[in-house]
Amino acid sequence: GCCNSCRRELFVLTYGALVAQLCKDYEKDEDVNKYLDRMGYDIGIRLVEDFLARSAVKKCRSYSETVDMIAQVAFKMYLGITPSVSRSNTTENEFFLILENNPLVDFVEELPAGRTSLCYCNILCGVIRGALEMVHLAAEVNFIQDRLKGDDFTEIGITFLKKLEDKKHKRNK
Amino acid sequence: MTRPEMADEALFLLLHNEMVSGLYRAAEQGEGENGRCITKLENMGFRVGQGLIERFTKDTARFKDELDIMKFICKDFWTTVFKKQIDNLRTNHQPWKDSYQLHGSHQANASFTTLTLERFVPKGIYVLQDNKFRLLTQMSAGKQYLEYAPKYLAFTCGLIRGGLSNLGIKSIVTAEVSAMPACKFQVMIQKI
Repeated sequence: GCCNSCRRELFVLTYGALVAQLCKDYEKDEDVNKYLDRMGYDIGIRLVEDFLARSAVKKCRSYSETVDMIAQVAFKMYLGITPSVSRSNTTENEFFLILENNPLVDFVEELPAGRTSLCYCNILCGVIRGALEMVHLAAEVNFIQDRLKGDDFTEIGITFLKKLEDKKHKRNK
Repeated sequence: MTRPEMADEALFLLLHNEMVSGLYRAAEQGEGENGRCITKLENMGFRVGQGLIERFTKDTARFKDELDIMKFICKDFWTTVFKKQIDNLRTNHQPWKDSYQLHGSHQANASFTTLTLERFVPKGIYVLQDNKFRLLTQMSAGKQYLEYAPKYLAFTCGLIRGGLSNLGIKSIVTAEVSAMPACKFQVMIQKI
């Protein structure tokens, strides 16, 4: 019968097929990474509307609240996981999401042969970046560490590009 | 509403739409031939269909015949992927009874009528009709969008073909849209 995990599998399997196709189409890992990031961005700018419609969230008043929202509400809602959040000691607007589980790689044991620089889940960076842009927050989003590349854990870095102004600014409803 | 399954669906719909857009945009920019986009989408769907069936039917009892398999595709498989059943299944075998009506897709408790066949249905053609195909419902219903519809059906054709492949059936699957958002998938069973 059908269940939530079946539906998530549909997304995960589709994503896997997409990455496999892109590896056929593009020789360089960089090009696949860029493509995934761009696609993620296009999804993110649309996904945020879906997210705001589904969740009665308060307006976030700080970068820290925003990142918590992404980790605890958005990731939970769409991928069923809750990355833990930490922030940089040295850089003011830099935050990290640590993904202990990542459903996108449920069926992936290792990177495809010869694809050592592939950021398999790069779509996530684009999604976050696109979504943030739609709420007027410019940010750079990258994978800092990646278990698939042999790192100890998988970590996404979010660096907000502007100092958050004190005055309130309008947000999309 | 915050039902989790709806969020999953939203994510998949967005991924599918952006996959289509992304492929065509890349083709326009000269990164691969235009005509191959449909093939690529179909191939991706094929892989996913195989994968879904592999995980989905681990515990399901073996099907008794080809029609049983097609009904499974129309009912359980379609519901898993598109949250509704196929609305109508037709086959070319028995002209005097060539339409197997599946239950109304919005009645959660309606029972699925099993039709008794007088004889084994040989390999042939099945037409699966979805009157409100989820991958088309977000597109405008205007006739000018009809030419774009095939792009949004290719992945699903592959999905069906891949699912059937893992159930031991080799097929060719095509699709057509007559009026949005209804479409028909034609499954031609191939003799192995």
